[in-house]
Amino acid sequence: MRFKGKDLLGIEDLDASDIDLVLSTAESLREVSEREIKKVPTLRGKTIINLFYEPSTRTRTSFEIAAKRMSADAVNISVSTSSVVKGETIKDTAKNLEAMKPDCIVIRHSASGVPMMLANYVKCSVVNAGDGAHEHPSQALLDMLTVKEKKGAIAGLKLSIIGDITHSRVARSNIYGFTKLGAQVTVAGPPTMVPPGIEKLGCRATSSMDDAIKDADVIMMLRIQLERQKESFFPSVREYSRLYGLDEAKLNRAKKDVLILHPGPINRGVEVSSEVADGPHSLILDQVTNGVAVRMAIFYLLLGAAKE
Amino acid sequence: MNRLIIKGGRFLDPVAGIDGIFNIYVMGGRVASFKPAYADTTEITPGPGVEVIDAKGLLVTPGLIDVHAHLREPGFEYKETIRTGTLAAAAGGFTSILCMANTRPVNDNESVTRYIRKKAEEEGVVNVFPVGAVSVGQNGERLTEMFELKSAGCVAVSDDGMPIVDGGLMRRALEYSKICDLPVISHAEDPTLAGSGAMNEGEVSTRLGLKGIPGAAEESVVARDIALARLTGGRLHIAHVSTRGSVELIRMAKEEGLKVTAEATPHHLTLTDEAVLKYSTNAKMNPPLRSSGDVEALRKGLKDGTIDCVATDHAPQSIMEKDIEFDRAANGVVGIETAFSLIYGLVAEGLLTLNEAVSAMTIEPARAMGLDKGTLRVGSAADIAIIDLAKGWTVDPAKLRSKSKNTPFAGMTLKGVVEKTIVGGKTVYSRE
Repeated sequence: MRFKGKDLLGIEDLDASDIDLVLSTAESLREVSEREIKKVPTLRGKTIINLFYEPSTRTRTSFEIAAKRMSADAVNISVSTSSVVKGETIKDTAKNLEAMKPDCIVIRHSASGVPMMLANYVKCSVVNAGDGAHEHPSQALLDMLTVKEKKGAIAGLKLSIIGDITHSRVARSNIYGFTKLGAQVTVAGPPTMVPPGIEKLGCRATSSMDDAIKDADVIMMLRIQLERQKESFFPSVREYSRLYGLDEAKLNRAKKDVLILHPGPINRGVEVSSEVADGPHSLILDQVTNGVAVRMAIFYLLLGAAKE
Repeated sequence: MNRLIIKGGRFLDPVAGIDGIFNIYVMGGRVASFKPAYADTTEITPGPGVEVIDAKGLLVTPGLIDVHAHLREPGFEYKETIRTGTLAAAAGGFTSILCMANTRPVNDNESVTRYIRKKAEEEGVVNVFPVGAVSVGQNGERLTEMFELKSAGCVAVSDDGMPIVDGGLMRRALEYSKICDLPVISHAEDPTLAGSGAMNEGEVSTRLGLKGIPGAAEESVVARDIALARLTGGRLHIAHVSTRGSVELIRMAKEEGLKVTAEATPHHLTLTDEAVLKYSTNAKMNPPLRSSGDVEALRKGLKDGTIDCVATDHAPQSIMEKDIEFDRAANGVVGIETAFSLIYGLVAEGLLTLNEAVSAMTIEPARAMGLDKGTLRVGSAADIAIIDLAKGWTVDPAKLRSKSKNTPFAGMTLKGVVEKTIVGGKTVYSRE
């Protein structure tokens, strides 16, 4: 089996069976990373370009390792968009890369919609590794895999996503993904950072942290960009942390078996206290491990599965 | 003198209250007479110096008037020129257009105005009325020499494209412009509320992860400018109204009797922010496409006269400015060739009468800007549009006369085809 389309651009475009397919494929690929020789020949001869217009350590490394464990050749390109001089357009870059005959381009960009543009320009597969505040599908898939691993199933669970929803692509992809698999999703944050119409994506919205955590099976804390303070999305880190930071006192009001997720990198002591981040409920490092498996599955489904 | 006879068309002139089958006789570029076709026994035959247009089955109206176009010349000739922009206007049935001041250099002094008029006379095919800037360089600091702008041919002033942030400057503009009776066209936008928004703020922007521009960014400045019109008694025209709240504010201002007029664009009257869903940069403009509730309010406003007229905000942008990331792409859509058909679509839907639609594109824009145009009387310049309402066409960007192709209507089939456009008795557009 493989994906219907050539690309993975967002979770919004997938249906539950697509998501299940990625998760089950990732589950079977997870053991490759436990072997002594961590490599399968499945994607030998395939070329994967990681085109990152935004700095990223974790995601880029995860995609690179995933490609290499599948025996694909991975090439990393980092482009700075902060440069004052306007560089080459996305279209020109896309056409130039395509001329080198890659099989897949993994793209991260600070502007929403760029992976869709790219997918229209090139014939090879495109994987969205995060675009602006739009989507981050591989992150949502690894989050679902992590929760499924611990809870057995996603359907019927209650997930609360807490923090800066407005600027979060992780929040959007997870709202789509978890609701498609039958979970109930609540988003919580200060009203300045909960965007209008978010309920139309299938979730409930609240500004009360207690409301969000009291019945949750899974709590996903989002990274707060400290620069948002300058734009008055919140008055101070101190007050933000007091209201929406997850510490042990707040955790005591949650379910005993609640799971804590965070897409990383974490601001310790801001959105999540060190005790909670390093505590028994935290799955932060499981997420990172599962990230490699999910990305191996994505490459396999887009590039490899057809041959079998 | 050359003669032109437009024979047997359905002549509709809202001002004169005429809607019937007429023969129109044009001599020396001016209307010489109208004769009801059934009673006209003149033998009409073409010959040397006598052109006959058979308009049987076609609509004949006063030439359309657009009070809001960007011709981009001087300075941005790679997007549009006075030549290509007026050819596009003619193809859309327009015979008179106002061109905005945000050229390079800005039309903020009489020499630029004279340059535009000279170019328009030499290379243009429709009547071009320049709009001068409100502030020097559109910098929002110092008033332009409005009296000289008017003397050189400007018919209104506007910093369109740039909001006037300083309420004090807007006040002075509305006061000072009274000397020469120039309307001040307001691009109503509070940039601190619009921020770096790229589209309407709402469910769609949330879904797409794009920064939104709330309706309040427009409405707060519409409210301010109406208060200033009340304070000063100046003539205020609100450009490209896009929200329900703005329509309400303008309705109240008119009930109060203030000198306030307003326009809405065909795209704001027919599209919602859902047109942006695939990150289509051809659906990006300022103000942005709004919600269906806003569209409904604009349509009602146009119907009841709160919105005086349709204006295109024809804003050509090259592919270099459009085929890039959505949030970096330039604002604006071309619209002068699709305007009539889109508004006629509202007639076909039963939302407007044909009389109201023609009125909103002829006499009402003329009145808002104080132009002696928009109706045909004996002696008027023969500015005429001939349109086939029964025919449809599919918008093909490659076939647009405009130099730029940034239309959100590509591929759509519209009703109402402009057959001929006549300016001063001369046919400037004829459908192939």
